[in-house]
Amino acid sequence: MSTATNAPALAHALRAKRRRSALRTAAFMSPWLIGFGFFFAYPLVSTVYFSFMKYDGFGVPSFRGLGNWSYVFSDYPMFWPAMRNTLWLVVVMVTCRVVFGLGVGVLITKIKTGTGLFRTLFYLPYLAPPVAATLAFVFLLNPGTGPVNSVLGGLGLPTPGWFTDPTWSKPALTMLAVWGVGDLMVIFMAALLDVPKEQYEAAELDGTSAWQRFRYVTLPNISPIVMFAVVTGVIQTMQYYTQPLVAGKVASGIIGGSGQQFEPGYPDKSTLTLPQLVYNLGFQRFDYGSACVVALVLFALSMAFTALLMRRRGGLIQAGD
Amino acid sequence: MPRNRRITAAVAVASISLLASACTGQSGTAATDDPDAETTISFWHGWSGPAEVKALQKVVDGFEKAHPNIHVKLVGNINDDKLNQALRAGGSNGPDVVSSFTTANIGKFCSSGAFADLKPFIEKSKLDLDEIIPKPMLDYTQFEGTRCALPLLGDAYGLYYNKDAFEKAGIKSPPKTWSEFAEVAKKLTKTKGDSYEQLGFMPNYHGYETVVDHYMSQWDHAYFDKDGKSNIAKDPAFAEMFTYQKKLVDDLGGFEKLEKYRNTFGDEWGAKHPFQTGQVAMQLDGEWRLGMAQDAGVKFEIGTAPLPVADDEVEDYGKGFLSGTIIGIAPQSKKQNAAWELVKYLTTDTKAVVSFANAIHNVPSTFAALKSPDLKVDPGFETFLEIAQNPKSNTPPAAVNGSAYQVTLQDFGYQYESGKVKDLKAGLEKTAAQIDRDIEQAK
Repeated sequence: MSTATNAPALAHALRAKRRRSALRTAAFMSPWLIGFGFFFAYPLVSTVYFSFMKYDGFGVPSFRGLGNWSYVFSDYPMFWPAMRNTLWLVVVMVTCRVVFGLGVGVLITKIKTGTGLFRTLFYLPYLAPPVAATLAFVFLLNPGTGPVNSVLGGLGLPTPGWFTDPTWSKPALTMLAVWGVGDLMVIFMAALLDVPKEQYEAAELDGTSAWQRFRYVTLPNISPIVMFAVVTGVIQTMQYYTQPLVAGKVASGIIGGSGQQFEPGYPDKSTLTLPQLVYNLGFQRFDYGSACVVALVLFALSMAFTALLMRRRGGLIQAGD
Repeated sequence: MPRNRRITAAVAVASISLLASACTGQSGTAATDDPDAETTISFWHGWSGPAEVKALQKVVDGFEKAHPNIHVKLVGNINDDKLNQALRAGGSNGPDVVSSFTTANIGKFCSSGAFADLKPFIEKSKLDLDEIIPKPMLDYTQFEGTRCALPLLGDAYGLYYNKDAFEKAGIKSPPKTWSEFAEVAKKLTKTKGDSYEQLGFMPNYHGYETVVDHYMSQWDHAYFDKDGKSNIAKDPAFAEMFTYQKKLVDDLGGFEKLEKYRNTFGDEWGAKHPFQTGQVAMQLDGEWRLGMAQDAGVKFEIGTAPLPVADDEVEDYGKGFLSGTIIGIAPQSKKQNAAWELVKYLTTDTKAVVSFANAIHNVPSTFAALKSPDLKVDPGFETFLEIAQNPKSNTPPAAVNGSAYQVTLQDFGYQYESGKVKDLKAGLEKTAAQIDRDIEQAK
C-alpha cells in the first residue's frame, strides 16, 4: 500500500531531477548554443531563404522560386569553370601539400644537424601574408621578366606563361601552396616523433626495408593526422579566394583603378574559384539570391567531401589501431 | 570526428555569414532638415592619395566658409563594397553624401534607391543641368530617367604619342582614322629578336586601358536596342571593332608575342608605365597620364590627340570615352538638405570645380569650369577638355546589373583576340544572349 502511494511521488521527484539536470546542461551549453544559433543556424537558414529570393541588397526581397538555382547551374557562365577549377585544386593541390608536407616532416625528423634551421626555413613561408606571397610568385614567375623563366630559358628548357597561361595558372598556384607548407610540416613532425620507437626496432629485427617501415609502421600510426591534414586541406581549398584573385588581377595588368572593370579568373577563367563567384554575384552583380546558391553549393561540397573522408578515415584508424 | 565537424561548421559559417549580414533595405523620403541649422554631415569618398585628400579638404574648407553652419566630416578610401554595406545597413553613423568611381554602377544605384533621387533638390534649387553640365556627363549620372547622382569631375580618354618617335619614323601628325592608326603603329614598331625594341601600340585588351569599351567609343554604336536587348550581334560596329583589333594584333606580331611583351611592362600607375619608359610609342589613356608622365620625368616630348575614329566616320573625329566620379546623397540621411548643399557646391560651383580639377589633374565637369581662365591647362591637356565637351563623346549605358555586360563582352574579346573563338558572328550572338540572360536575372 505504501509502495503504491509512494510510486507517483517518486516518479515526480525523478522527473523533476531530470528536468533540473536538463536545465543545468542547457545552462552550461547556452553560450555555445547562442553562438551556434547566431553564427551558424541563422545564417544557414537565411542563406537557404535568400537562395529562393530576388534580392539586390537594397530593396525588399521577392520570391523567385528556383530561378536563382536554374540561373547558376544553366546560365551563369562562370559557375562550371569555377567548379572544375575548385575540384582540380582539391585533388591536386591538397594532395601535393600533404605529400610535400609529410616528405619535409620525415626529412627534418631524420636529419641530425641543423634541424632548427631547416624547421625555421621551411616554416617561414607559411607566415608570409597571402597577398605578399602571391605578388612575389607572380613576379618570380613573370614570363617576360621573371627569374624563373630566365633560368629555364638559360638551361634550354620551355618557359611557361605561368599565371598568364590557362594551362599553367593552376600548377603555379599549387607551387605557391606547396611553398607555404610549413603548417603541415609542423603537425607531421609532431606525429612522426610520436611513433613508438619499439615498433621500428621490432620491424628492423624482422628485416624490413625503410619503405616497408614507413608503409607498415609510420603510416598507420600517423594516419589520423594525415586524414586531419586532408580534411582541413579540402575545406581550406573550398574557401580558396585571395591567392587566385590577386594572381589573376596582377597578371592581367588590372590592379589599381577603382573604376576599372575586372573579369575574375584571368587567364581565361582558369583561376576562378567558387568563393570568387559569391563575391562576383553578390557584390558586383548585386544578385544576392544567386550568390546564396553558390554558397550553399560550397557548403554541400564541403560536407560531402568531409563525410566521404571521415568514412574512409574509419578504415584507416582500424588499420592503424 | 567531432573536431572535424566543428571545422566544417566553422567553414560553413565563414562562407555563409558573409551573405547573411545584411537584409535591411530602406528607402529615401522627402528631406525635412533645415539647411541653415548647425549640423555636421559625413562625406564618403574614394580618394586615398595624400595629395588628392588634401585637395578635397581644401575644396571642402571653401564650402564650410560659404556655409558656416554646415561642417563636413570626410571619410576617404571608400570603395563600392564599403559604400554598399553602409547604404544597406543605414544607421546614424552612415554617410550623408556618397561618391563612387564606378560610373557603371549607376544603374544599380538609381534603380534600387541606394542613392536618393536628386530631382526634388534640383528643382528646389532651380538648376538647369543642361546649361551647366556636358550631356555625356549628365548621361552617366542617371538611369532610365532617375537622376540619383551628379558628376564630380570627369575623365576623358585620348591618344598619347611619343613625338620624338614620330619624328624619327617620319610621321607628321597623329592618325585620325583606324586605318591610319594601324599604319602608324606598324611604322613605329621595331622588333628585337623575338620581342620588341619599341612597340607602336599595345592593342591587346589587357594593355591597361585598351579595353573593349574604350575602343568601342570610337565607333558609332549602340550596346542595346530600343527594347533594351543586347545589340552587339546586330550592330555592325561591334564586328568591325573586333575585326580591326584582331587584325592589328596579328599585324603587330600576334597575340602570344604581344602578351609576352606586355608582361615586361611596369605598373600602370607607376613610373615604369610602358609609354613613359618608351616601350610603346602610342597609348590609349585618360587625361591623368599627362601629369603622371611628367612626374616620371620622361625624356621625350609627349603629344596628345583624340583617338582615331572609324574610316567612314571621320566627321566624328574629336570624340572620346568619358567616365568620372559620381556623387549623390544617401537616402537614409537625416540631413539631406544640408547634404544637397555640399553636392551642389562640389558639382556646380565653378571656383570649387576648377580648384579641385587643377589639384588632381581631372577634367572639370561643368561648362563654366571648362572655360574658366583659372583652369590650369598644361600643354596637351586641352585635348582632353575638348574631348569632354564633344557631344559625340560617350560612355557605355548603365545597366541594372552594373558593369556585368561590359565584363562579358570584354571576356569575349579575350577569346577572340587569342584565337580561341574564331567565328566572330556566332561568338557575338552567344555573348549577346548571355548579356540578355544576365540582365533578365538582375531585373
